[in-house]
Amino acid sequence: MFRYIVRRFFYMIPMLLGISSLSFLIMQLAPGDFLTAMQMNPDISAEVLEAMRARFWLDKPAYMQYLKWLSQLLRFDMGHSFLWHAPVSWVIGQRIPNTLLLSGISTVIAWLIALPIGIHSAVKQYSWSDRVLTFFTFVGVSIPNWFLGLLLLYVVTNMGWGLPIGGMTSVGFESFTTAQKVADVAKHMAIPVLVLSTGIMASLMRYMRSNVLEVLRQDFITTARAKGLKERVVIYKHAVRNAVNPLITLFGFQLGSILSGAALTEIVMNWPGIGSLMLTAVRGLDYYLVMGNLVIGGVMLIVGNLVADVLLAVSDPRIRFE
Amino acid sequence: MQDTKQSLDHLEQPAVRSLWRMAWMKLKKNKMAIAGMWILIVLHLFSIFANFLVPYGETTSDRRRTYHPPTKVHFFTPEGKLTRPYIYNYRRVDAVRNRYEPDTSKAYPIQFFVRGEKYSVLGLFETDLHLFGVDSGAKIFLLGADRYGRDIFSRLAFGGRRSLFIGIIGLTISLSIGLVYGGVAGYFGGTVDNVMMRISEVIISIPSFYLLLALSAVLPIGMPSDLRFLMITVILAFIGWAGLARVIRGMVLSIRQSEFVTAAQAIGCSQFRIIVRHILPNTMSYVIVNATLSIPSFILSESGLSFIGVGIQHPLASWGNMLSEALNLSSLTRYPWLLVPGFMIFITVLCYSFFGDGLRDALDPRTRV
Repeated sequence: MFRYIVRRFFYMIPMLLGISSLSFLIMQLAPGDFLTAMQMNPDISAEVLEAMRARFWLDKPAYMQYLKWLSQLLRFDMGHSFLWHAPVSWVIGQRIPNTLLLSGISTVIAWLIALPIGIHSAVKQYSWSDRVLTFFTFVGVSIPNWFLGLLLLYVVTNMGWGLPIGGMTSVGFESFTTAQKVADVAKHMAIPVLVLSTGIMASLMRYMRSNVLEVLRQDFITTARAKGLKERVVIYKHAVRNAVNPLITLFGFQLGSILSGAALTEIVMNWPGIGSLMLTAVRGLDYYLVMGNLVIGGVMLIVGNLVADVLLAVSDPRIRFE
Repeated sequence: MQDTKQSLDHLEQPAVRSLWRMAWMKLKKNKMAIAGMWILIVLHLFSIFANFLVPYGETTSDRRRTYHPPTKVHFFTPEGKLTRPYIYNYRRVDAVRNRYEPDTSKAYPIQFFVRGEKYSVLGLFETDLHLFGVDSGAKIFLLGADRYGRDIFSRLAFGGRRSLFIGIIGLTISLSIGLVYGGVAGYFGGTVDNVMMRISEVIISIPSFYLLLALSAVLPIGMPSDLRFLMITVILAFIGWAGLARVIRGMVLSIRQSEFVTAAQAIGCSQFRIIVRHILPNTMSYVIVNATLSIPSFILSESGLSFIGVGIQHPLASWGNMLSEALNLSSLTRYPWLLVPGFMIFITVLCYSFFGDGLRDALDPRTRV
């Protein structure tokens, strides 16, 4: 087990190299270079530009620049964001908790609701509740998250429910007491969490339903029933535990995309997270910030994958570590 | 004798059915899939023949009719008698808040096969024939108008040319790359396979939306919008091929063990021929299902990108960029008809998933007719 994890760790190294070089390559293709946008900014003096050029080897050939950036990356220095006038790692670090909060809560809610509903849907296949739920999953999977966000914004503003319609905090947030702060953020989160969790829930329910159905058809379920076990035991102890395994891979993917998966929702709802940061960075051609985001997004996906594989190996004894 | 032959014919019939015929028979039984298929056909035709089917051009704007509400179509005269459909002209009563009121003094009957704006058919000849319209003096906006007084119904049809076809074109490109790439990797195996798969995994490991955003930054700002549409399609295809290649490679790995591949090798077929003629056709049923189910992701990516303003740019319409006006909350609440393109995206994606699911069940040899 330990050796398996270590080997998977080493396997990540070429992937990380690939991700970083692809990110760098894309930004090389973009018009202008790292300093074009800065040169046009009168706030930045020639000395600062010169210092940047020296620091990131911008007068050297592209592969040297890449090596320089990579060596900085290994020291967790992702360069400088000129839009924020701050190190990229700091800018991203500021936004990470906001995105984690939003996606984390949505994911937890989605799993808590989707699993039992998916099981119910499978056990009561073709009942009216199953039909309604299946229809809901089709709708939930097909509606773009950002469009659902717009619809909800329209409904909320027209109904006058007094929910905030964007951002994360109200004016005067600093002067609130802790309880007020929590309540304020919770209010702001209502719509984006609803949007995000609907999307996750719909696909999760579909998976869970088909997995449980698949398992229920197998011989060991018939055996369990023939032994005279209670239906509840058959479902929860025999069927569900086997149906959850494929979902672990999905869980890993969701863990990996916890920072990047909410991007469009964040943009629509004006949520100050990583996704909206990425859009600002791309629009402003803030090169180091874009590359930093790409790398972090990639690292998260790889780590999520690794976690899923390890969890799967732990939960399913049929998988060997060779 | 005759009788026996007939009954034998009857017995043999099921065996003659080809895979595709069986699949079609199974598909026909799935009502949702067939409904989805027909809706998709109608939507695509609506976009292809947009010039004829809608009353106005893609970029035709009327600055005096900004945010015009949907025109109400009347079927009854004020006295309550059934008549041919007609509309009233709308007058702007409040230019700041864009309030309109129907002017009931004159009715404009909806005319069919009318002369309107000129357009060219495949660049061959010019015509000005439109399916329907009203006499000049009034305008018919079935689904309202946008900020520039452009007809949303007309723009929906033109927008479909990008939003619907980006899925098909993008998929064709990424599928061709995926088939060849996955085929080569799976057929050769070993180091070739290892290196090729690591490369495709790099593309998969970067969140696709981030990758899309970053790549859209590569396009220069002054690019003509036609070219930009093309480039966005290429970008989507560039991101989409890796996932397809992986799965195809997996299938090829198992197919290359089959006897018919060994036979092809024995009679001296070239490796390229073996991959293209013998192995890849065997992945077809899977590829078709997967292709249908992955078209929505192209459509969703394009509309998402255009929605936030980095995809297809004005004046070209796409369902995504038509919605970007709704990002402004006061426009959204006052002019809810701006949301219509979103429903089009939703319906399209829904139909593709119904149709794709139906196809998957139909092509699954384990299910019977």
